[in-house]
Amino acid sequence: MDEILLIETVERYLKGEMTSQEKTFFEEIRKKNPDIDQLVVEHTFLFNELDKQANIKAFKHNLYEVESKLTEEGVISKKQLTGKAKVVFLWKKYKRSIAVAASIAGIVSIVTTASISTYKSKEDNKDITYLIGEVKKTKSEVATLKRSINSNPGIQTPPNPDPSFRATGFLIDGKGFIVTNAHVVNRLKTIYVGNNKGEYFSAQAIYTDKNADLAILRITDTSFKTIYNLPYSINKGNSNLGEQIFTLGYPRKEIVYGEGYLSAKSGNEGDSTAYQLSVSVNPGNSGGPVLNKRGEIVGIITSKNSTADGVVFAAKSKNIYKLLESLKDKGDTVTIKLPNNTGLKGLDREQQVKKMEDFVFMVVGN
Amino acid sequence: MEGLALNDRAVIEAIYRDNYPVIQSFILNNNGNSDEARDIFQEAMIVIYEKAVSGNFELNCLLKTYIYSVCRRLWLKRLHQLQRYGSLVENMEETVAVEEDLELHEKHNTDFILMETAMNKIGEPCKSLLDAYYLQKKNMQEIAADFGYTNADNAKTQKYKCLVRLKKLFFAQYKNGN
Repeated sequence: MDEILLIETVERYLKGEMTSQEKTFFEEIRKKNPDIDQLVVEHTFLFNELDKQANIKAFKHNLYEVESKLTEEGVISKKQLTGKAKVVFLWKKYKRSIAVAASIAGIVSIVTTASISTYKSKEDNKDITYLIGEVKKTKSEVATLKRSINSNPGIQTPPNPDPSFRATGFLIDGKGFIVTNAHVVNRLKTIYVGNNKGEYFSAQAIYTDKNADLAILRITDTSFKTIYNLPYSINKGNSNLGEQIFTLGYPRKEIVYGEGYLSAKSGNEGDSTAYQLSVSVNPGNSGGPVLNKRGEIVGIITSKNSTADGVVFAAKSKNIYKLLESLKDKGDTVTIKLPNNTGLKGLDREQQVKKMEDFVFMVVGN
Repeated sequence: MEGLALNDRAVIEAIYRDNYPVIQSFILNNNGNSDEARDIFQEAMIVIYEKAVSGNFELNCLLKTYIYSVCRRLWLKRLHQLQRYGSLVENMEETVAVEEDLELHEKHNTDFILMETAMNKIGEPCKSLLDAYYLQKKNMQEIAADFGYTNADNAKTQKYKCLVRLKKLFFAQYKNGN
């Protein structure tokens, strides 16, 4: 109770509510009693703080009022609303027009896609270099080659076809079906495929898909013996960004290994039939298989960007399934059974390559 | 300035109208959004208010320049706290040194927060009681009626009890905090 009484006195003293008589008396007590003096100092401080608190709060209150007034007037800009509430609101309000717009957009995009696929062939793009290798030779040599083949129809393994172009392909069916790029096939009149043992077989393109840039060759040479148990499988799904990949191909007469990673899920200009890879490839790698670490074929090398560094495109492997599907729909009698083995899974890279290289072919011709 | 010290709304509004757009564009140009611009401007207003109340507000530059300097400093500090670095896009405005004023403001601000936390800690009905008397400046009769005390004297006694608690809490924190 004593302290409360004291506080009351101090408050009155500070507020100047005391009579001058009281004041003199109180100041006398302060002088004599240091404890009370200390209390007065403390209280003065506390009251000051409370006062400041009161003033600042009142000031802030005014600030808010001024602010909201000016915000309404537009002098202070509001933070833009974000979040679901606004989206829902807009959606309700514009539902009808969005629906109309969407259907128009849909029609337009169908029309444009159709016209693009009709009029814009993929090969028109100047930024793209197809990785089909050109082999230098003279015309007379080609003539000699042709003659030698024609004069000796029974030839089983042409010693060296001395081709004008070189690319890569790989077996998808041991009976002699090879996948390569459409742009490879389109440049070749006569096609030979060669394995890593230096054996060559004549082949024929039985199907091409310009859109996905894929082609299927069939080895027509009777000397070719069916290979059983291709050790890999062909991936039907999508691969992930950053997935480690490797490829085998024939940028030169000898098989060359390259490794890298998947850097984008779409190809040139958002082409959804392809991936973007970061891997070192050169002309001749076209048609080469792209494998992931589990030994599944995920893509087929097609091209690289000539203006950007390390940008390589590969057709997605699921396009092979699509291609076969459309073949079947057309009533083609050719039956191709895609490999579905996991023989490369869990092996280290050297082993995988060793097992794989027998099934990767050089595609040559002129 | 006197108007500002007296918390005159018309004065506050005039200062806002004259200065807010410049500050807003400065902050929007430097990685901030409009909410942050409001915060910073508000804080700058409190800085000048404190300066006005203290009575020694002598400006040797335009008020505009002073406000810009304060806001610029405050925003730089905020950017630093938010770890949003980047070079500042400056308008071609001159600035004056405001570091001392801001240090003082900083101290006032900590005191303000100390008092606020102390107030929040004393609990009800003490908080409302003290708030009504000291902050809203109501008289004891009103308060007694509002809170349901039979007479003003009882309310007063209760108020002093509360004040003793507040004092203890405030000084305990004040000594720890400083």
